[in-house]
Amino acid sequence: MKLELRGVTKRFGALTANDNVSIVVEAGEIHCLLGENGAGKSTLMNVVYGLYQADEGEILLDDKVQKFSGPGDAMAAGIGMVHQHFMLIPVFTVAENVILGHEPVKFGGVLNLAKARDKVRELSARFGFDLDPDAIVGELPVGVQQRVEIIKALISDAKVLVFDEPTAVLTPQETDELMAIMKQLRDAGHSIVFITHKLREVKEVADKITVLRLGKVVGEASPSASAAELASMMVGRAVDLDVNKSAPKLGKDAFKMAGLSAWNDQGTQVLFDIDLEVREGEILVIAGVQGNGQTELTEVILGNHARTSGSVTLDGKELLGKSIKQILDLGLGFVPEDRTQDGLVGEFTIAENLILDQSDRAPFVKGPSIRQDVVKANAQEKLKQFDIRAQSIDSTASQLSGGNQQKVVLARELSRDLRLLVASQPTRGLDVGSIEFVHEQIVSARDSGIPVIIVATELDEATQLGDRIAVMYRGKVVGIVPADTSRTVLGQMMAGVA
Amino acid sequence: MKANRILKEILGTSAAMTFFAVLASLLFGGVLIAIANENVQTTFSYFFSRPGDALGALWNAVAGAYDAMFRGAIYNYRAPNFGLAIRPITDTLAFSTPIVLAGLGLAVAFRSGLFNIGATGQIIFGAMLSGWVAIYVDAPGYVLFPLAVLAGIVGGGLWGGLVGLLKSSTGANEVIVTIMFNYIAIYLLGYLLKTPILKAPESLNPVSSPVQEGAKFPLIFGEGYRLHYGFFLMLAAVALVWWLLNRSTLGFQFRALGHNPDAAKVAGINIGLTYILVMAVSGALSGIAGASQILGTERVLTTGVAASYGIDAITVALLGRSKPLGVLAAGILFGALRAGAVTMQANQGVPSEIVLIVQSMIVLFIAAPPLVRAIFRLPKAVKA
Repeated sequence: MKLELRGVTKRFGALTANDNVSIVVEAGEIHCLLGENGAGKSTLMNVVYGLYQADEGEILLDDKVQKFSGPGDAMAAGIGMVHQHFMLIPVFTVAENVILGHEPVKFGGVLNLAKARDKVRELSARFGFDLDPDAIVGELPVGVQQRVEIIKALISDAKVLVFDEPTAVLTPQETDELMAIMKQLRDAGHSIVFITHKLREVKEVADKITVLRLGKVVGEASPSASAAELASMMVGRAVDLDVNKSAPKLGKDAFKMAGLSAWNDQGTQVLFDIDLEVREGEILVIAGVQGNGQTELTEVILGNHARTSGSVTLDGKELLGKSIKQILDLGLGFVPEDRTQDGLVGEFTIAENLILDQSDRAPFVKGPSIRQDVVKANAQEKLKQFDIRAQSIDSTASQLSGGNQQKVVLARELSRDLRLLVASQPTRGLDVGSIEFVHEQIVSARDSGIPVIIVATELDEATQLGDRIAVMYRGKVVGIVPADTSRTVLGQMMAGVA
Repeated sequence: MKANRILKEILGTSAAMTFFAVLASLLFGGVLIAIANENVQTTFSYFFSRPGDALGALWNAVAGAYDAMFRGAIYNYRAPNFGLAIRPITDTLAFSTPIVLAGLGLAVAFRSGLFNIGATGQIIFGAMLSGWVAIYVDAPGYVLFPLAVLAGIVGGGLWGGLVGLLKSSTGANEVIVTIMFNYIAIYLLGYLLKTPILKAPESLNPVSSPVQEGAKFPLIFGEGYRLHYGFFLMLAAVALVWWLLNRSTLGFQFRALGHNPDAAKVAGINIGLTYILVMAVSGALSGIAGASQILGTERVLTTGVAASYGIDAITVALLGRSKPLGVLAAGILFGALRAGAVTMQANQGVPSEIVLIVQSMIVLFIAAPPLVRAIFRLPKAVKA
């Protein structure tokens, strides 16, 4: 089925999220929508899926104009969506989830689950999904859950499938498998819209690429275009995708973790006997699929995790048992995984956020008062130095884009005298331009002789930024390897295979 | 955390919304006044033969009531001399003094993300300790007066701080703890007023001896007027709370905690200690309200010392969006409603309970913004 958008415009108040967007997705084609966060990709697909109504323009399926007043209409017309956050009920079986919303019934309104099971088996066999219709969804690996989402779309006869950032939650292997599935679906005649900002994936599967920037189509590209070309189209200027860094100038072992174990509040062990050392002037990347103990590991370093045993030392001083404040005072710079949750106070101004962890110390304090002039001057300076794009230092943090929020956090953390920098997924959700900037800052911190620990879930970031890579799987460090280790080996380690 | 989110939403109400909420409540109050009015009832029984009568009666009832309220709360233009004419506004300010003080206390807690509804208990503890000092401590006035005020601050501060301590050490929910602490304070006061600790030796009723002359807040306009120098203490408190929240290090940490406890924690702010400090400061302000009542207005300790000020303070803090000047304005509005209710009942026979209904309606409208938006067809605030 051919999907065509003609001049679609969608506004939210003063913001134009989609501006006169026209795209044609032919049957049997994988069409990539490439763009940075905030480029309007998801809004556009929500228009296609009937969640939003376009202010102008029209949607055509096989050259017939469609009117969707809700997702129900879109589904009936043959559009299926695989959401970034799965819309599945974890305690239901695969079959139950798949039929949710259009349950087949037998005479007398009795649920006909057998039919659903057969259908799941049939589709699963056709596309090699290897799905058991009676498995409980919550107990399946993430990659398999995603296949349930796909089957859910297919079972309602979707001819156009929209994948919204489908690889964000997958391991490298699962990503490869998903790519294969997408190609199979295409060969079976489905039209596929693949939303992403990951260039490598685009180059691998796309038949056609449309690049969106600030709500507008900036052009089409062929899959043979280089990653750098695609990135420049996305950002609107030349970008350097590689992390430029020289060989590390290693100093002494500054940070050591020995026999560290940790338990969560329910008493379940989450970290198992971890040994790590990080030297001055070195970046150690902790790689792994999200949820394998990385969060807990950084919490332990920060002093924000209650139940631990073992030893964590910085410059010979034990960190376990110290308060967060004491550890920050020892020179820890901490960039949390979730910046809006743990790094910033959304309602505070940029100026206030820049002193969040220094609100009780010189030069920002005089007696019981905060020195407003110093706080302002500091903010002005940081705004320039870190290229934070904001209307003013009095804009609140919640008004900033993700990239600029991260710059505020970095500006604050790097402005203290650091002895250790810990950054958890420092580029999560950032656009290409901001990623470049954040990487530069991290490398320059490392070059100034600070030991750096980065938690990364993406292999590209791990291999480019790291001097060494420690791979975590299920709360254990399964190996520490050089940064030039192959993707295959790293992927296997992350999946706990090797 | 749900209470926290609701709190945030209410504090985010716009000034226009607040204005319309007050207006809507007064209109609704007008409807109730009209329904209860005898003339309105009789004239409406023959509405179709002489509708003019009914509408006239309607107007008379509502306008008469609100006119009486104005004369009781702001300026009595029927008074024989200027001194008496301005007495209503001084009454309004006197009523508003404890409401604003306790409202400021709650505002500090609300801005820090703590839903303190224990102003009643904190006022009572302030009043008890302050009253005890003012009744029994033998000292010259220049020592006794500041000591009695300080005792109020300490009493409220400790009673509030204890809630903070329970929250930080055991994770107890402050809403439940403060409600229970209100009951403990109310009945503890009742108990002590029946024992020699507070009861006046010669009295048969649960009443204390009067406070000593030297411990009293002097009256600003002399006898015949309620307004005392506690009013200026209240204005000073408004300024102090403004400074605390907007300029001080402590207030910065309070607000950080209120908006995002997780980020505050990661930034090294001691959350547990901050909970205790917030509640202590919050309680201390209510404690001053208690001291101001016992030393300025009541001058004798009874079980009714906190009146409904503790509850009004919640409304006022929410209505004033927990900003010091907002609380001052809302507190004066509530003082005026309270002062006006008396005249309205005396002159027009409109039960003063109507004012309580109006106050409750204000909260209802503030807490349900979509309702007011729908009534007045206001656009939904667009998030930038």
